[in-house]
Amino acid sequence: MPTPNTSNKKAKLNPNGLKRVFKMVWNDYKWLIIIIAILVCVNSFANVYGNAFQQRLIDDYITPMLATSSKDFSPLLSAIIQMIVIYAIGVVASYVLNRLTVKISLGTLNNVRERLFAHMQTLPIKYFDTHPHGDIMSVYTNDTDTLRQTISSSIPQVFSSLITIIMVIISMFSLSWILALITLSFSILMLFIAKKITHKSGKYFRQQQRELGHVNGYIEEMIEGSRVIKVFSHEQQVQEDFDKINDTLCQASTKANTFANILMPICMNFGYVSYVVCAIVGSYFAIHGMFNMTVGTIAAMLSLNKAFNNPITQISQQLNAVIMSQAGAARIFEILDEPSESDSGIVTLVRTKLENDQWVETKDYTGHWCWKHPRSNNGYELVPLKGDVIFDDVTFGYNEDKTVLHDINLYAHAGQKVALVGATGAGKTTITNLVNRFYDIQKGTITYDGINIELIEKPDLRRSLGVVLQDTQLFSGTIMDNIRFGKLDATDEECIAAAKLARADSFINHLENGYNTYIHANGESLSQGQRQLLAIARAAVANPPVLILDEATSSIDTRTERLVQEGMDELMKGRTVFVIAHRLSTIMNSDAIMVLDQGRIIERGNHDSLIEKKGIYYQLYTGALEID
Amino acid sequence: MISTLAKQIKGYKKETILTPVFVSLEVFLDILIPFFMSKMVDEGITPSNIDIVIRYGSLMLIIAILALFCGAMSGRYAAIAAAGFGKNLRAAEFKNIQNFSFMNIDEYSTGGLITRLTTDVNNVQNSFQMLIRIAVRSPLNFIMALCMVFYLNWKIACWLLVVLVCLALSIGVLIKKAGPVFKKMFKMYDNLNEEIQENISGIRPIKSFVREDYVIERFNKRSQDIYDVNRKAELLMILNQPFVQIAVYSCMLLISWFGAHYIVDGTMEVGYLFSLFSYVMNLLMSLMMFSMILVMLTMSTASANRIAEVINQVSYLESPENGQTTVKDGSIEFDHVYFNYTPQVDGHYVLRDIDFSIPTGSTLGILGGTGSSKTSLVSLIPRLYDVTSGEVRVGGVNVKEYDLKTLRDSVAMVLQKNVLFSGTIKENMRWGDEHATDEEIMEACRLAQADEFIQRMPDQYDTYIEQGGTNVSGGQRQRLCIARALLKKPKILILDDSTSAVDTKTDFLIREAFRTKIPDTTKIIISQRISSLQDADQILVLDNGHFNAMGTHEELLKSNEIYRTTWQAQQKGDDTDANA
Repeated sequence: MPTPNTSNKKAKLNPNGLKRVFKMVWNDYKWLIIIIAILVCVNSFANVYGNAFQQRLIDDYITPMLATSSKDFSPLLSAIIQMIVIYAIGVVASYVLNRLTVKISLGTLNNVRERLFAHMQTLPIKYFDTHPHGDIMSVYTNDTDTLRQTISSSIPQVFSSLITIIMVIISMFSLSWILALITLSFSILMLFIAKKITHKSGKYFRQQQRELGHVNGYIEEMIEGSRVIKVFSHEQQVQEDFDKINDTLCQASTKANTFANILMPICMNFGYVSYVVCAIVGSYFAIHGMFNMTVGTIAAMLSLNKAFNNPITQISQQLNAVIMSQAGAARIFEILDEPSESDSGIVTLVRTKLENDQWVETKDYTGHWCWKHPRSNNGYELVPLKGDVIFDDVTFGYNEDKTVLHDINLYAHAGQKVALVGATGAGKTTITNLVNRFYDIQKGTITYDGINIELIEKPDLRRSLGVVLQDTQLFSGTIMDNIRFGKLDATDEECIAAAKLARADSFINHLENGYNTYIHANGESLSQGQRQLLAIARAAVANPPVLILDEATSSIDTRTERLVQEGMDELMKGRTVFVIAHRLSTIMNSDAIMVLDQGRIIERGNHDSLIEKKGIYYQLYTGALEID
Repeated sequence: MISTLAKQIKGYKKETILTPVFVSLEVFLDILIPFFMSKMVDEGITPSNIDIVIRYGSLMLIIAILALFCGAMSGRYAAIAAAGFGKNLRAAEFKNIQNFSFMNIDEYSTGGLITRLTTDVNNVQNSFQMLIRIAVRSPLNFIMALCMVFYLNWKIACWLLVVLVCLALSIGVLIKKAGPVFKKMFKMYDNLNEEIQENISGIRPIKSFVREDYVIERFNKRSQDIYDVNRKAELLMILNQPFVQIAVYSCMLLISWFGAHYIVDGTMEVGYLFSLFSYVMNLLMSLMMFSMILVMLTMSTASANRIAEVINQVSYLESPENGQTTVKDGSIEFDHVYFNYTPQVDGHYVLRDIDFSIPTGSTLGILGGTGSSKTSLVSLIPRLYDVTSGEVRVGGVNVKEYDLKTLRDSVAMVLQKNVLFSGTIKENMRWGDEHATDEEIMEACRLAQADEFIQRMPDQYDTYIEQGGTNVSGGQRQRLCIARALLKKPKILILDDSTSAVDTKTDFLIREAFRTKIPDTTKIIISQRISSLQDADQILVLDNGHFNAMGTHEELLKSNEIYRTTWQAQQKGDDTDANA
């Protein structure tokens, strides 16, 4: 019974998330925002002008007509035509305004997604090994979605409300400063209460987003593992666990929304209270002749009071969306703030050609590569890429308190095949994780063609290494796409040749659409063995000088493997190869075999010498011993 | 779809009904307040009567407090009802997914299912809350205001009605047009989520091949596609705003023009003009609110449909009613079995005419090339899929006649694609048997040769396994999965190439333990290694979905070409047990 991962609790909250989103929006759409602001003003103007026209309709048109009892409607007609023009401007302004807002809000969502994704690619492997995948996904879906409403409706709404509020405040103060002060102090009190409430709902919204991530993580894991659930008929238990976390989410969501929903009635009715107090105080002043208060002023002030409280209520309605997006933004920036994989490398891989016995950098496809090693005198040295890998006293642990590899010394000279043999958990896979710097070593050095790999830029280092792992990860797309993943500019012919090399060609041709068959990443349309063949083809087309094969053929049947082996031998020719395999038959012809036990190399040599030695390898070979 | 979803209100019916009740009360009180406001101005402030001002003022304060109470209650009930509804939807979906057969699972993408359980539920939950809060308020407002307009001047009211009908029609058209676009958008979100998901799990090959830029470009294209479709949908929906505005303005001008005429004609009073203006605003506001809800509903209809699809998805494979609840023994018979994953396609079968039987307690080895349907064959035993024709019998009874849980509890299968769940080793082990004691767990792990490496871990059996078991090696994972299966104490144990990453010696020890410790369990072992199979009682050779041969190691070596060549290929080097 899996318990929810605890990493959620550790998540620190970033209260400035939303501020940073706004900053991002401002930086990306500065001019659009200014245009929007102008359009909001134009639209408000049309509205205000319309309201004024209602006033003028009586005073300037109807009353004169009633007084003179003339039936000449032509002045009114021209006034209405004028209004049509102004209204038309208002409508156009509001339409353009909305279009631009859509552009900004969707554009920002797009940007956020793209930035998240791009940043995610830079995170170290460790991040993915230690975070629930569903929880990461929730940031892309649930959390990014919370930004939508804030940007698309809240911001323009708040903006236009603010304009109204400012205009009303000015009119209020010009009528009666004392009543204006009363109205204002009530709205300040209201804002204070609103802040208290949003503080509460904000807390629960953050909890809700966190729980959402949680539920998402659980769902993802259980759907991935649904086959195992079925095989163990474990549906009931999984359901019960799910109900538990679903319940927690429901509770957080109820609390968050309760506080959020209460906000609007409070603001609205507080507005009424403000109205009543204004009326009573105003009447008192008028009756006692204080502050030059007249009945007309009170009536006008009261309608302004209404006009003042309406936009404030509207703003309060938008606050919920804002609070929720604050919770979402915090989680988004949590990922964006996650430190990228560091790369202090300075040595790069460049194409070269031989000129007068000297390597010279070139842009042509010569098939020759060199490490470009900058030197202190601003010059650089070109070191030919050969594939020489040396481990010198390497010590490593995934956690600092537990060492997995102890003092590993290992030499793989260019073109050599080095096999790592040992019981499961002896540290074989860990060694391959270190060569491509998925993890960094704690002690010792690893050199590639004599260069410390920490000096090599990670992308170039990895480009020079081909890896085929036991767990084959493919990507949704055609078979051809998946092979081409190894070398993006490979022609169809190159891909097919690689597939032939990996002996994948025949099964691919048996598929309905051949190389254009669409496969899903986790789809079960291919068997594990077939997936491994594709992974080998993918590595083959990449054509790197160093290959790491970690149980690359474990799911391939022996007869096929024998065929693949021929291709592999061809593939391995002239390359440095690290092989991890349980089937000793695949590694017997290695130049060097390292026997690992609990993170230490306990024997080394070639097959014959090791057999002769009659040590651990011999016993393993004859099945007399399990090394542990 | 609606009835499917409506059922999920269960448990929250009271709140769902109380919300609109309180909303109606609130609306009623809210309408009273402007009425008393005008009274206060006319009767109190204009004649400077402070007593009347205070009287109406206190009345309004009481009403405001009552309205606040109703508003708060409706808000609270709406929150409870909506959150509960969302919870029920998620639970119903999740529950039905647990009922899915393997074939159902094959049909949905993982990303798609996740969206349906999360984003879609969020959409529906939000719309639901909106629906029960505002859907009552705005029609109520609308009807009251319309009545007032007709009461004030029916001729102008008719003009206004024409404008309103036009507006309603155009909004209707908009929503109808936007519907399919939204549907398309959600489909694209599915794809995007799948893309993200496979990128997270495929981060190793991405980094190994330095394909970060490539996948970013791919992702950005998809994200851009969503942006385009989303924009198309939103641009349709924002037309709503100018439509409403045009309607408001036309109404204003119509009232101004005709109102002026009627006043000059003496058929209408001046004061009515202002009332008309304010009621028109009321009408249009509620109409606009209503159209907003419609937009939200349109957006969430797509989500709602997708949720309903999952809830209503009938499993292709149902447990029979009153199915047998005991499995006599572990004998297995395949009776002229044909099988294909998609039953519609005729002629092509993944398995053809498979016909054999093995007694209980025996060990069957299965050998066959990559893609020879070994996994498909064993999947039929715990009825993960149904045969297309023929019969599979366990303990002499057709597997279709067993209660599904009974059958699967007595058949333990270690899948080729092993999955461990995040949680401690102990918790993972208890998947096999919830009530297993620590001692039983250790015993199973010893059988699966997992105990020794677990003992070496910092927290032993309490070591936390990360999602997908990324913090143990492939071979360790396989052994943990075997131990988990052993804890079920099954009558039949199927290992689908489950020791491929385990070294030969350990593999041998595991099989040795099977032979001595669980002699009564029928064991089926799929393997590429002859050494794993050769001591089996019977070995089945599959070739491309066909039965090729069956016999003991010695018999097959003599008579079977495939077996012999495989054996010869493996003789060099890895044939450990032959020399042991």
